[in-house]
Amino acid sequence: MKDSRIVITGVGLTAPNGNTLAEFRGNLLTGVAGIERIEIRYMGPQLAGVCHFDPLKYQKKKEVRVGTRAGSISIYCAREALADSGVSVETLSKDRTGIYIGLTEHGNVETENEIYAISKFGYDTKYWSHYHNPRTVANNPAGEASLNLGITGPAYTIGAACAAGNMGLIHAAQMLRLGEVDFAICGGVSESIHTFGIFAGFKSQNALATHDVPHKASRPFDLARNGIVISEGGCLYTLERLEDAQKRGAKIYAEIAGYHVNSDASDYVLPNPVRQEECIRAAIRRAGLTPQDIHIVNTHATATPLGDIQECEGIRAVFGAGCPDTYINNTKSFIGHAMGAAGALELAGNLPSFDDLTVHPTINVVNLDPQCALPGLVLNHPRKVAKVDTILNNSFGMLGINSTLIVKRFVP
Amino acid sequence: MTKDECKKLVLHIIADIAPDEDLSNVKPDVRLRDQLQLDSMDFLDIVMELRKRHGIEVPEADYVQLASLDSCGEYLTPKFNALAKH
Repeated sequence: MKDSRIVITGVGLTAPNGNTLAEFRGNLLTGVAGIERIEIRYMGPQLAGVCHFDPLKYQKKKEVRVGTRAGSISIYCAREALADSGVSVETLSKDRTGIYIGLTEHGNVETENEIYAISKFGYDTKYWSHYHNPRTVANNPAGEASLNLGITGPAYTIGAACAAGNMGLIHAAQMLRLGEVDFAICGGVSESIHTFGIFAGFKSQNALATHDVPHKASRPFDLARNGIVISEGGCLYTLERLEDAQKRGAKIYAEIAGYHVNSDASDYVLPNPVRQEECIRAAIRRAGLTPQDIHIVNTHATATPLGDIQECEGIRAVFGAGCPDTYINNTKSFIGHAMGAAGALELAGNLPSFDDLTVHPTINVVNLDPQCALPGLVLNHPRKVAKVDTILNNSFGMLGINSTLIVKRFVP
Repeated sequence: MTKDECKKLVLHIIADIAPDEDLSNVKPDVRLRDQLQLDSMDFLDIVMELRKRHGIEVPEADYVQLASLDSCGEYLTPKFNALAKH
């Protein structure tokens, strides 16, 4: 079992530019971004990626009122992924199903809301909500999904800053191989646009994007890039051991080929290209591949002036020469930085490439920063390619956590 | 304030904390939990909303007085009227 092949059999997502994989992919191929200006408490209008799914598709009004935005996103994505997988909620072995959800942060939104609420009552804490603790426990988004679906197996979250989306999938693959569960719902979610603290923190760090035209604000690799557009979103997958998926005749999107996670151990916020390169190389090695075998590299780049350059250094070191079939793109240019959901969403946006042999571009590049120039970088327009058998997905986060996940075309 | 007016205020609160419920036929003499999907956290919500919206305090020992609309009317109306005098 520890050597079982693990496959992706369902995808459920909500992104600022799409609430299904088909809609999301369609917009990635036609250059449709999803950034708008919203009011942020204490700060006024700010650029953000907002999801427009209907929470009441799968929740009662009371569940929405009592729960959190991250919980609603998780429930929506989990239900959509299950439906896509062809496994019904009724027949699912609920005690053998795990829910593993990556998070950048959780609890800021709910805590800020309560502090704001009691500010109207002279900061008297007797007005503090009794829902505060269940809303802010770190497992909240996974717990809400387990409540909604009646899943009684392990349901918890994985805190890994902006590397978390990949981590949800990696952890699920590990748990399936350990035999801890037979079916996993996994990925990442984020509700971060509802906390002013994230916006204010990035602004104080001089890392919050500005632009007159919202859709053009997120522009990794462009010379004029000036920071991150913060987004909400979610993407959850169903993962199974291959033999189980085949037994039930499941549609298979891709196979987990390899992964690696490491830490910079060098700075709170600054990335470390050496460690990122080590992470990428280790994932490729563990997948039994070489850099030449990787056909799509989806970058983490968030459009900060330094971060993009440093990631490009790491990528250049691995893929810079002798990889003529490797194409490089970026999804944040469309949807901003969906934090804990980023890795999972960005992988999903590329999965259809196995079928349509098209690499979605990174958009909003008017003047390519020479320090971000990479062979195979797909700029502004999608590119038809001869072969897509592998996708490498980078997701990196604060405190120096790096994750690389590689999926490959499923070949029985 | 009359007891009927008081019951209406309580129903307004319940409408917000149990938005999926049909409140058109709530029987005033039957326990709320026996006719609506309300749990202990929802009752804490009723207590909180009475405090926030109307400045009414319900000590924990008196929570039982909120069992039905009729008992709410009996218990809360004097509190509302006492507040109105101040």
